[in-house]
Amino acid sequence: MARAVTSQRKTINTVIAWGVGLLIFFPILWTILTSFKTEAQAINDPPLFLFFDWTLENYSVVQERSDYMRFLWNSVIIAGGSTILGTIIAVPAAWSMAFVPSKRTKDILLWMLSTKMLPAVGVLYPIYLLFIQLGLLDTRIGLVIVLMLINLPIIVWMLYTYFKEIPGEILEAARMDGAGLRDEILYVLTPMAVPGIASTILLNLILAWNEAFWTLNLTAANAGPLTAFIASYSSPEGLFFAKLSAASTMAIAPILILGWFSQKQLVRGLTFGAVK
Amino acid sequence: MHLRTALCAASALALVASTAYAETITIATVNNGDMIRMQGYTDDFTAKTGHTVEWVTLEENVLRQRVTTDITTKGGAFDIMTIGMYETPIWGKNGWLVPLDGLSAEYDVDDILPAMRNGLSHDGTLYAAPFYGESSMVMYRTDLMEKAGLEMPKAPTWDFIREAAIAMTDRDNEINGVCLRGKAGWGEGGAFITVTGNSFGARWFDEDWKAQFDQPEWANALNFFVDLMNEAGPPGYATNGFNENLSLFQQGKCGMWIDATVAASFVTNPNDSTVADKVGFALAPDNGLGKRSNWLWAWALAIPAGTQKADAAKQFIEWATSKEYIELVAAKEGWANVPPGARTSLYANPEYQKVPFAQMTLDSINAADPNNPTVKPVPYVGIQFVAIPEFAGIATEVSQEFSAAYAGQQTVEEALAKAQALTTDAMEAAGY
Repeated sequence: MARAVTSQRKTINTVIAWGVGLLIFFPILWTILTSFKTEAQAINDPPLFLFFDWTLENYSVVQERSDYMRFLWNSVIIAGGSTILGTIIAVPAAWSMAFVPSKRTKDILLWMLSTKMLPAVGVLYPIYLLFIQLGLLDTRIGLVIVLMLINLPIIVWMLYTYFKEIPGEILEAARMDGAGLRDEILYVLTPMAVPGIASTILLNLILAWNEAFWTLNLTAANAGPLTAFIASYSSPEGLFFAKLSAASTMAIAPILILGWFSQKQLVRGLTFGAVK
Repeated sequence: MHLRTALCAASALALVASTAYAETITIATVNNGDMIRMQGYTDDFTAKTGHTVEWVTLEENVLRQRVTTDITTKGGAFDIMTIGMYETPIWGKNGWLVPLDGLSAEYDVDDILPAMRNGLSHDGTLYAAPFYGESSMVMYRTDLMEKAGLEMPKAPTWDFIREAAIAMTDRDNEINGVCLRGKAGWGEGGAFITVTGNSFGARWFDEDWKAQFDQPEWANALNFFVDLMNEAGPPGYATNGFNENLSLFQQGKCGMWIDATVAASFVTNPNDSTVADKVGFALAPDNGLGKRSNWLWAWALAIPAGTQKADAAKQFIEWATSKEYIELVAAKEGWANVPPGARTSLYANPEYQKVPFAQMTLDSINAADPNNPTVKPVPYVGIQFVAIPEFAGIATEVSQEFSAAYAGQQTVEEALAKAQALTTDAMEAAGY
């Protein structure tokens, strides 16, 4: 029997949720606030929260020094390309594992995940040498492939979990109505799994957007995305926190806006099948 | 008529020739004031040579990893790399860098400060040209020193530093007598404790490459450092590096700060520092053993052997590290903003001599001897580092043990015992 939730309890839950939400968001909020301070205000002790002379100077310095649009465009291509390519490969793979499992399906799923257990730096040299041989160093296509491969296990796992929630009988019915494999996946399975696929795409877009090991190590002047843009403002000898914060804010703004507008879809997808 | 035709043809040919040889070179560099300033003047280089420049600016540690990967695999992603005194002799010896010979007469390679030239050479061959150089020195608050009734000597001892630090400390007003690096990392706290150790007669290795952390000199140096910082240092100094101390000093919370000479331009800049007009300078302290605790470092430009554009790269290095570049910056932004510590002629310039920290920077650089860094003889080159490939890994771990002692997580004796064990293991594994 479902328990009635009292309004007092609801209020407490809401307050806790807001508190936790603000706590998680605080570093981002602080970065945004710091980006509007002068370098001296950025290191002021006690820290200045809202009452300081707001300035856009850091943004103009960053704009002047770096070609933001080039980095942004690289990020869009690399994150978008790797996610789309990964999804195209993962949907049939997850379908086969969810609806026509073999004896080894579970093992394959675990094996795929095991690739995430190796520290990335462990394979840096082999991949770097491979990139030199294939002429992929400092190219967007090279990064699209690498990030797709890195995120593929997560995409397959997420889609597999969503697909498992869909009754196999529906697909059987489609087959009995004469649907081929392509029609079954495209017109029956995919529409039912849209929330799951959408949240998978969003999550992987965020992962690829923020990836900072391969994007820094496999790029130079041409294919560097926004992670390289941020890295160029970090300095161990000199206090440039306000400029670094401005660069960080500019780098996370697009993905933050995307996340804000798609939060309902994201939450729906992430909680898909969580409550039976 | 014929003459005009010939002139037109010659001009066209010259244009075609310069266009044909115009290259785009990619330079990996660090994000610090002088390097960023250089990026702003790249147009001057392009106007003179026709070559264009693409910049890849990275944080120091990221840059180090990135260029190391590229040079060891001969990736060719960069035509010029910004590297330091630690990497240059090792990479030069391995044949990974293009020797910087055949530089033009106008470049005047003999004008490079001898300490810098030696540190960036292997077997007498220059492998990187210094863009700017630095040592370390004492920066102190003249008002607090006066209030404490003391006068800073030009060449203080550690005992004086301790006496002054205790006298200047005012915990109620959050003023710490001295701010020093304690942060783990071979280039952070590791560098500072190594040069402090040098002045106490400590050394990393004896002539047979045996680790020396079990010797009394190290115990003396480390105990002195910990006692000094507990008495007069800021709370949590075990996690303070250059930037943290810079922030404290600029806010007036340090009586003294011993760190890189390049910091002088930050702490005397009234836009960022609240104590800009109250800063004095002195040589890094010694302990009466004939060695001062100052280091030597240069950010230098080198050409990786994997590049296809070595000629254009060499032209850029000649431009960026030339006397003319220094004059260009001085004309546009003033003498206080020129890259310091690279050329002898800069310090002979009467205009530059007016900069308050100029002479102290030169004296500090000249006081550093990478071939004889400490009191006893050593088999290695380097003052705040040991120029062997294994050093970065070993020193990072050693500095972590030391930082744990600064934080009170273990005793100085325990930290030294662990440092001795791990260094011995690593050196044996490396075949020493």
